[in-house]
Amino acid sequence: MSANQQMAAKYQNRFLKEVEEQVEMGEWVKMCMQCGVCSGSCPTNFQPGWDHPPQEIFMMIRAGKREEVLKSESMWMCTSCYNCIVRCPRKIPITHIMHGLANYAHRLGIAPKGQPTRAFAKLFWNNCIHTGRVNELKLSMGLYFKDAEGKINIGQGIKKGLEMKNVAIGLLKAKRLNPFEIFGGHKCKDQKGIAAMLKKARELESQRKPLSQSGAAR
Amino acid sequence: MADEKKFAAYICKGCGLGERLDADALVKVAQKEGKMNVVRQHEFLCNADGVAMIKNDIASEGVTHIMIGACSRRAKTDAFNFPNHALARANLREGVIWIRPHTDEARETTQEMAEDYIRMGCAEVKAMTVPGGNPNTGGNRTLLVVGGGPTGMTAALEASKTGYPVVLVEKTGALGGWAAKLWKRIPVHEPFKAPVDAGMADMIAQVEADPNIKVYLNAMIAKSDGAPGRFVVDIATESGSIATEDIGAIVQATGFDLYDANKLPEFGYGKTPDVVDQAGLEALARAANGGPIKRPSDGKEVKSVAFVQCAGQRDASGKHLTYCSGTCCNISIKQAMYFKDANPSVDATVIYTDLRTPGNGEDFYRSAQEKGVIFTKGKVATVTPAGGNLSVNFHDLILDDKNAQIEADLVVLATGQVPNSGVNIDAAPVEEPAQGGGAAAAPQVKIKPISILNLTYRQGPDVPQFKWGFTDSHFICFPYETRRTGIYTAGPVRRPMDMLQAREDATGATLKAIQALENAQLGRAAHPRSGDLSFPTVRLEGCTQCKRCTVECPFGAIDEDEKRFPKFNESRCRRCGTCMGACPVRVISFENYSVNTVGAQIKAVNIPDEFSEKPRILILACENDAYPALDMAAMNRNEYSAYVRVVPVRCLGSVNTIWITDALNGGYDGVMLMGCKSGEEYQCHFVKGSELGRYRLSKVGDTLKGMNLEAERVFDMEVAITDMHTLPKKINDYAAQIVEMGLSPFKGF
Repeated sequence: MSANQQMAAKYQNRFLKEVEEQVEMGEWVKMCMQCGVCSGSCPTNFQPGWDHPPQEIFMMIRAGKREEVLKSESMWMCTSCYNCIVRCPRKIPITHIMHGLANYAHRLGIAPKGQPTRAFAKLFWNNCIHTGRVNELKLSMGLYFKDAEGKINIGQGIKKGLEMKNVAIGLLKAKRLNPFEIFGGHKCKDQKGIAAMLKKARELESQRKPLSQSGAAR
Repeated sequence: MADEKKFAAYICKGCGLGERLDADALVKVAQKEGKMNVVRQHEFLCNADGVAMIKNDIASEGVTHIMIGACSRRAKTDAFNFPNHALARANLREGVIWIRPHTDEARETTQEMAEDYIRMGCAEVKAMTVPGGNPNTGGNRTLLVVGGGPTGMTAALEASKTGYPVVLVEKTGALGGWAAKLWKRIPVHEPFKAPVDAGMADMIAQVEADPNIKVYLNAMIAKSDGAPGRFVVDIATESGSIATEDIGAIVQATGFDLYDANKLPEFGYGKTPDVVDQAGLEALARAANGGPIKRPSDGKEVKSVAFVQCAGQRDASGKHLTYCSGTCCNISIKQAMYFKDANPSVDATVIYTDLRTPGNGEDFYRSAQEKGVIFTKGKVATVTPAGGNLSVNFHDLILDDKNAQIEADLVVLATGQVPNSGVNIDAAPVEEPAQGGGAAAAPQVKIKPISILNLTYRQGPDVPQFKWGFTDSHFICFPYETRRTGIYTAGPVRRPMDMLQAREDATGATLKAIQALENAQLGRAAHPRSGDLSFPTVRLEGCTQCKRCTVECPFGAIDEDEKRFPKFNESRCRRCGTCMGACPVRVISFENYSVNTVGAQIKAVNIPDEFSEKPRILILACENDAYPALDMAAMNRNEYSAYVRVVPVRCLGSVNTIWITDALNGGYDGVMLMGCKSGEEYQCHFVKGSELGRYRLSKVGDTLKGMNLEAERVFDMEVAITDMHTLPKKINDYAAQIVEMGLSPFKGF
């Protein structure tokens, strides 16, 4: 039984309750009054457009449309500009809920495969937690050899690399690019501490329970 | 009233009048043409010295009639206050010098204007008598409150606290109305988070303990006769006997009924007991007494409940109520909380199109969301039984899902308020000929509404209705005031409202009722001409019994006596003069306002001959909006034509067409009528006055044709008090139009 099936069985189609308990800031979803200011304020909601703007996502959660919400690409489109949070008359932390939903769908393993934001987030995160610092050379090289769907494509990577050759040489000359970073690169000092911190964070996340009535703090 | 009349005219030279006008010439006009016995001028008439001069003349010279040529009649009313004397004011300041340019060229026409106003003022005061007050008064100070709900009880308690005895009539066997049937009510105090006790037991106890309040239960009004200050009301009591009470004024707080949910079969009402209206849910909640609410069909604990908002309301099809009752959203929020407070795991869904939560309802709404009530924006199509449950089928308006569905154990319909306003007296004459008419008319069984007040008025047994059956005159300008003086409505019978608003309403209506009975006692008008001592009198020997006055009176003040002559009930009168305007034989008049007082002013104006190129335009301006607008235009020094002569009238409804024909016959080149907006969105202070006036004036066209005059010579204009900046231009445009048309051929006849 997958994580997704387990959760679905646990909440018996009471998706709002599931969101409240499992999604970061999910307890705020019930407070939405459907004014639509978030959707109207979203700078990414025009090009290329979300399948479901935040207002609609909240309504879908209340209507119990679990699969549609969690498999949606919509919340992956959020760029964290915080316009919606600033403008929400109910002070709902919409940006955080969008990321919370995306993260929850990812945890359940049903987030859309090959979604570029998700692919990049994964790449970035794995790169970052490895040494506690983002290795820019590895991060960008990781992107060179992937296509838009996130699949490995060596040929295209080499081609792109050759195109960018002069830029790379310029960076080298200006000492903004160190090719030796490919061999591990420089790290944070307390490697063990970072590992412990991340472990603790995962532990906390898995214990996540809803904050009771946090919407009350208005 | 003094037997011998002595007329005095006073010309003020203050406020620049002396500088702009030739005061000596004005004095001569008053003496020679106005035929005033005493004429004086003063540098500053409204100061203590000037007023003392007038008072001295009254005392030593025996002056009875005073004409003051100074500022507008709306200014300096405290200084020029001579209660036992007839008073006319010639408006030389706002009416002449402030609206004319201060130039040498304009001096001649400005002086002509001022002289005409002096002539008009003198003519008016000579046609006046001193208003003596209505002698047909009653001094009863008891308030009748009809309806024993929170509105009625509040009215009774407030009146009692103010020192007025109260008779409270309630048709059921208990006080409290709908409110007493509630499990809890919407909170009215901070923090607006949970339903609270309705507090009716306490209020009922207060009413019952009040020695000033006499309560009739199981009682109806059998007959209401009389007028403010002297109503005689028969109360039919439970035992079948009639109790008669003397009453000063009436507050009608007859409340509302819920819209009949039986008219909504699509929502399953009547088909299954598990579909209830909001009152039905209150009963279930009272039965549960704080425990889990059980559904009526099988007594199962309700685990899921759906609230259908706007059931039979805001209906565009015309089948149901077209309006929003404004209370049901808060009530549904409250009722959803009944479930959530007893058991948070109950699913409570409110399906709404627009959630309208007046007052502090927004906090209450938020609190319901915090408690986990689900709010879904949608329009419910049907409620159908599905297995042991109900399926609510709706169009989800956010997701645009036309086939959205919710399963629920219980469905509550928010059906809204229908006023208990008794008989619609305006609809009655339309119905009757249809019934008695053709032989084809099939006998129809129709439940007739029961009259609430059973007034003996000629115009019908109840107060007239405004929109959608609510009894009111105007939601904004004069709430509580019905079109029956001394009878005030409060609470949901006036407009849809909740208990908090209704209680506020009750205090307002009570104060108006007290104002009415106090004024009635003194023989004065209550409102809007508050304190007016004049009242209409009729010269019966001239009356042709045409009934126009009795039909047209917007306030039901005029009955017919046994001989079918009009019978004036002065205390019911608002002094608008609509009867006077309606009377074709001109036998109705007020002491200080009559066909003569205005007619004499019209005739007093000096009409220059055809070749002078000086047209004369008569403006009959409503004193409520148009005349103040003209005054304000003058205060802003907005200039207008020197050819107009303005006569204030109490209402466009009081304009008798004889004035217009007389004016045109007398050589005026045009007549402008300025009255308030009439019709659906009326602004007339006498509700129907301007409408009736306009209807009458629409017939003037024939007269003009008969006189061979252009129809444009009479110009009807809607004027609001805010038109002060546009009004001068309109006057000037009209004056230019008249000049272009050419002067009237009737001059000099």
